[in-house]
Amino acid sequence: MTEVKSPELPAPPAAVPTESTPGRFNRLRPYLPLVVLAVAVILPYSTLHLPGIFEGTLNSPGTLQLLAVCLVFGGLAAGYDLLFGRTGMLSFGHALYFAAGVYGTDILITRAGLPLWQAAPLAIVGGATLAGLIGAVALRTIGIAFAMVTLAFAQVGAILVARDFGGLTGGEEGLPLDVAGLPAGLVGVANTVNLYWLALAYLVAVVFVVHRVAASPTGRVLAGVRDDERRIGVLGLDPYRFKLVAFTLSGGLAAAGGTVYCLIVGGASPHITSSELTLSLLVMVVLGGPGTRWGPVLGGILYMYLDHRLVSFGSSDAVSALPAFLSRPLSEPLFVLGTVFILAVYFFPGGLASLAPRLALLRNALRLGPRRPG
Amino acid sequence: MDTIILLTLTGLGLAALYFLVASGLSLVFGLADVLNFAHGLFLGVGAYATWWAAGNLPGAGPDGLGFVVAVAFGVAAGTLMAVLVELVLIRPLYSRTIEQVLVTVGLSLAGVALLQATWGADARPFPRPEWTRQVTSILGAQVPNGGLLLIIAAVLVLAAILAFLQWTRYGLIIRAGVENREMVTALGIDVRKAFTLVFAIGGAAAALAGALGSVYFGTVSPQQGGSLLIFAFIVVVIGGMGSVVGSAYAAVAVGLLQQFVNYYGTSGLGDICVVALLAVVLLLRPQGIAGKVATA
Repeated sequence: MTEVKSPELPAPPAAVPTESTPGRFNRLRPYLPLVVLAVAVILPYSTLHLPGIFEGTLNSPGTLQLLAVCLVFGGLAAGYDLLFGRTGMLSFGHALYFAAGVYGTDILITRAGLPLWQAAPLAIVGGATLAGLIGAVALRTIGIAFAMVTLAFAQVGAILVARDFGGLTGGEEGLPLDVAGLPAGLVGVANTVNLYWLALAYLVAVVFVVHRVAASPTGRVLAGVRDDERRIGVLGLDPYRFKLVAFTLSGGLAAAGGTVYCLIVGGASPHITSSELTLSLLVMVVLGGPGTRWGPVLGGILYMYLDHRLVSFGSSDAVSALPAFLSRPLSEPLFVLGTVFILAVYFFPGGLASLAPRLALLRNALRLGPRRPG
Repeated sequence: MDTIILLTLTGLGLAALYFLVASGLSLVFGLADVLNFAHGLFLGVGAYATWWAAGNLPGAGPDGLGFVVAVAFGVAAGTLMAVLVELVLIRPLYSRTIEQVLVTVGLSLAGVALLQATWGADARPFPRPEWTRQVTSILGAQVPNGGLLLIIAAVLVLAAILAFLQWTRYGLIIRAGVENREMVTALGIDVRKAFTLVFAIGGAAAALAGALGSVYFGTVSPQQGGSLLIFAFIVVVIGGMGSVVGSAYAAVAVGLLQQFVNYYGTSGLGDICVVALLAVVLLLRPQGIAGKVATA
């Protein structure tokens, strides 16, 4: 195994050329997210066709739905990072709160006949309450035991959904959303663009909330809990309360994501309750870069995109032309993503977000190379 | 009365399956602090290797001595897999607990997908000896032989692991390492060899669980390991991490509870009762029935 060198080692010479790089881009840098957001907002008006990247044109309903799902998972990953990357809590039960949002919205609309504007807040508040209650019990343990307890509670959720107690969830077949209770603008293939904007709004809201929390005094305590929980206790603060706040908030954000996802997909299916969903959230955050501003969002979007697109990549001619021992594994998205994930843990511990500084370091090293002996 | 005996024995069969998976998990976690999500993969590898051997390996078959050879091949494959995973993937990351969990998570995702890519996502009929399909009459209850086989195997494995831990030098090192790893290292003993050994034992037990569990269920599928793994985790936490005897007690409690509640209550209620038991144990006794305090 090659040991990844710590970036601090060649620090003194590497610091010099950063001043000489052109400053125009650096001045624009803070506005980059706004530019990306503006592009994302006007994207559905484009009829651009990107062969190989998306099947239809950018404004076709299929592409927009894929993008909307990606955006929702970008938001979910950012919300999960509030637990994992910023507070240091390894929860294996996050799928439960997402599923609470999906099934809560679906059941309230389809079975109870509530309008969306009542069902959505109820589902989100319900998801956050559930997270608060379970967190209150689970947070009595720490570390790996905490991970196990959250996993076990999420498993209860999965069993409840799959066994269909009281005939509410539709069991293994899932529960299609009754569109009669929805506003007309959210129904039908032609209105996929509205769902896309809804997903974008959700992502922006989650990013905003997570950044505000991380920048607040509470956020600094959460970072303290992540780095050294005992020290926070010695300072006279109760780590349990802060962790519970983060857990509840993160659960509420996941439930909101569930509501949006339910509208995009038009129903609920039991696979979203599985522990595999939580594991993939973990993969998204680690691939993106835990505890960074944009890493989890990028990781979530990229993961979902690959998860969808690798299926058609796997059945494409280029892959089926390969011998069977190569083409078969490559047609399984999870095999490719799992392998990439393992490699990322070894070679890019900071995820995608750490790539830019690493590349800059490499560039500087190459530029300085001729002047330095060895 | 025969219903109760039948439920007890099938519950014990389930408990045997949980124990075979949980004993390795518990030892690995107790000694090396690795929460091994890839343990379900070892089970899958064992099951598929047995299935493959019964059909293709010369000398192995679905019946008689051939079946023993097939199971031995499956166990060997699972052990080899576990040792390779420890040497190649886990060893470079020791003392980095979170990264180890992440690697095993990635491995479980990729490995199950690989099994699925090679042999398809659907369950396949498992070749099993004729006598495992039949039932034995015990005190008036008709008990399936596959379950009895599991119980006998689990008891033998329990006895073997305990004897190994009690009477061999490596067993002594493992017990001491679970108790206090730093001290063992400070005494100049290479604990890492023991890590590999523990992974090998866990992999072998899990592969045996995969092979015999497939005999019991009659089919083999890539997802089999994952669903068992969650209950094995629960057994490990209830039993106390690092304690094989604790895992055995916890496996019996969980298996019986699940079987009885699922029969007398609604189907699925037993699974929920198991999680409730976990919550109660954690709140009252976070270190489990026996074992060290479960911390990161």
